[in-house]
This record gives sequence, structure tokens and C-alpha cells, in this order.
Amino acid sequence: MIPIGELIGTWIAVGLTLMMFSFIYRDNPAFKFGEHLYLGISVGYYVNIQYWNVIYPLVIQAMKQQHNYWVLIPTVLGIFILLRVVPSLGWLSRMAFALYIGGFAGYSIPYIVHSLLLPQLSQTLQPYSGGFGPVVNQVIILVAVFSTLVYFFFSLEHRKTVGAISRLGIVFIMVSFGASFGYTVMGRISLLIGRFQFILESFAEGGRARFW
Amino acid sequence: MIFLKRQFPIIIAFVAGIMLWIRYYIPSETSNSIEEGYLNWVRIIVGFAAILGILSLLQHHLIKIRLKRPGFAFSYVTIAAFILMMLAGLAPFAIPGFAEKNMESGSLFNWLYEFTFIPMQATMFSVLAFFIASAAFRAFRARSMEATLLLLAALIMMVGRVPIGDLISNATPTFQLFGNDYHVIDLEEWTSWLLNVPNAAAKRGILLGVYLSQIAIAIRIIFGIERTYMGGGD
Repeated sequence: MIPIGELIGTWIAVGLTLMMFSFIYRDNPAFKFGEHLYLGISVGYYVNIQYWNVIYPLVIQAMKQQHNYWVLIPTVLGIFILLRVVPSLGWLSRMAFALYIGGFAGYSIPYIVHSLLLPQLSQTLQPYSGGFGPVVNQVIILVAVFSTLVYFFFSLEHRKTVGAISRLGIVFIMVSFGASFGYTVMGRISLLIGRFQFILESFAEGGRARFW
Repeated sequence: MIFLKRQFPIIIAFVAGIMLWIRYYIPSETSNSIEEGYLNWVRIIVGFAAILGILSLLQHHLIKIRLKRPGFAFSYVTIAAFILMMLAGLAPFAIPGFAEKNMESGSLFNWLYEFTFIPMQATMFSVLAFFIASAAFRAFRARSMEATLLLLAALIMMVGRVPIGDLISNATPTFQLFGNDYHVIDLEEWTSWLLNVPNAAAKRGILLGVYLSQIAIAIRIIFGIERTYMGGGD
């Protein structure tokens, strides 16, 4: 016997799934209802995640249990952000944004260089070894990276040699966009199959929506 | 007052930026605690920024209801769903009919998450499959060399990742090269080559540009050249 909460929940989930699918036909009140419900639920969900994962452990517990009152500083800065709704006090939010953006700028420089930029460069400039196939691939990678960089380099006019290299760059960029697009389409289709499976399995023998 | 409004935020950005930049080069307990403390502070500040976004959303829907704009009834749905989900997670007691409170398994919050949030989110994204297909039809008309390349790469990616791709590949004749057997069309092999060689290389080219720009922007922010985060006005 399926628990009643699960049974009702599955019926609701199937109903909401069909409501969302109704948009394939055209925009309609059922979809609008689902869309607005999703908006409200997701915002409520986000509030809870923020509260239980951030505000509660980092502010409330830090003050209550560890007596760490330093957290009052970001809390006050956070309240400053809320003051943006008061035009005469909106400028106070600049303090919070300055700490956030300025600090993150400093934090990101070594992180980008060490963890992102240099590893990408080192992967591009690998030793040419491993046989004919890997060496050809390595050369293609080097040419593709260089030509893509040239395509986005606007300090030189894209004519003659630079223009030819940049044309080669766009070839690789288009192949990359095509591959990414195909990958995304397949991801969405997998989700679509998943939703159809959910509906079918909910009503199949032993499904969670079956009360008969 | 002008100092507080204009110069003080730039000083904060400079000091915070420099501190978090150089702490990377001085590995010590202090620099670790600066990093950890800063990341926690940012999480708190971002939490409040999210509240600002939520207030703005609620304000939008309340105005819509007050002015009875077209479709205002749906705004009641958004507000009611928001309040329900928020109370389900924040109420200090178990909602009648549910064994647990807050975000624990068996709570109303978890039930709403499983039976409303997840199905709606997954369906919303899966519906995009239809729209992405119609966009593909328009984008993939091979009108130029670039569009043809896009079309070919996407087609290989799509067919090569499903069982029919294997069937097509296995149906084609084989040939020998360097002592190995190859199919004339091997979509699975082509797909991984596309992903790992031209796709990865072009992405790398784009990303290298992005990283260099991020570093340049970060330096401009720290030294007060880039001040757009301060917004307009005084």
C-alpha cells in the first residue's frame, strides 16, 4: 500500500508536469498557473536554503554558540544592501558591494592564474608524443587555440595573414558551437524522456500514482 | 559625507582586493583565516542581496494585484506558493500531517520539493527540447560554410550519442589502417574526437581570452578605475 502523502504527491507531480507540457501547444492558463507556482515555490526554496545554509550557521549559531560577533559586520553590510529600496540611504549599499566585488577581484587574480589560465596553457603545449594520432591531435589543438585567440584579437586589422588565421579560428569556433549545441539538445531530450518515463511509470503496475 | 559616498567604497575595494590578492603568496594560518573569513562574509552579504531580489519580486506581484493588471490572479499563486514554501521550511514546529519540521526528510518542505519543485523544474527544462529543436531548424540551414560546419558538428554529436549512431556505424564497411580495423563511419569515435579536439581547443581559446579579461577587470576594480559596482547618483 502506497502512503497517502506519496500517492497525492505523485498525482500532483503528474498534474504539474502535464500543466508545464501544455505550453508546447501554446501559452494557456494551466501553464501560467504552473509557471507562477514554480516561481513562488522556487523562491521559497531559495529563502530556506539561504537561511539554513548561510544565515543560521554563519550568523545566528556563530553569535550564540561561538560568541563570534565579527559576523555582525557582514550582517550590517547585508542590511545596507536592503537599504537600496530607500533612495536617500541607497548609497550605503556601496560599502557592501565594494567589499564583495573588491575582495573577489583580489581573490580571483591568483586563482585564475594558478588554477585556470596556466593549466589551460600547459594542456595546449603538451609534448608531441604517443604516436601519429595523438601528435596530429596535438597540432590541431595548438592551431585551433592560436587561431581562436587571433579571431578575438581586435588590436590588429583582420586582413591578409591575420584575416586568414582568424577565418580558420571561426571554423573551429563553429565546430565547437555545433558540438555544444548538439550536446545541449541531447541533454534536453534526456530530460524529456525522463519526464515521459515518470508519467508512464507512475501509472504502471506498482507505480506510485496507482490506488487501484 | 561626499567622502563616505564616493571615496570610502573605493578604499574598501582596494584594501579588500589587495589583502585577498597578497594572502595567496603568504601561505600561513592568518592568510587561510582571512580567506575563510572573507568567503563566509561574502556568503552572508549575498544572502541579504537575495532578500533584496525577493522583495523586488514580491513588490512586482503586489503592485500587479493592486492595479488589477491582466493576469493578476496568477500573482496570488506566486505569493501563496512562496509563503507556503517559506513557512514549511522555517516554521519551528512540524506542520500537521508531517512527521518532521524544517528541511528534514518527512517534512512538508521536503514533500513540496519532491512533488512540486522537482517535477516542474525538470519539465520546464525538458520543454526547451522542443524550442531548441525549432531554433535548430532555423539556425542549421546550411546557408554558409560556418552554418554548415555548425550543422555537421551538431548532427554528429546528436546521432553519435544515441544507440542509432552505433547501428549506423556498425552497418558501414571496415578498413585497415596501421594494423587496426576501422569503420568507414564511426560516429562514437567522431563524437569523442569532436568533443576532445576541436571543441576543447576552441573553448580553450575563448577561455584564455576570458581569463585574461577577468584579470584585467579585477586589477581595474582594485585600483578604482572600474567603478560601475557603485551604481549611479551621488
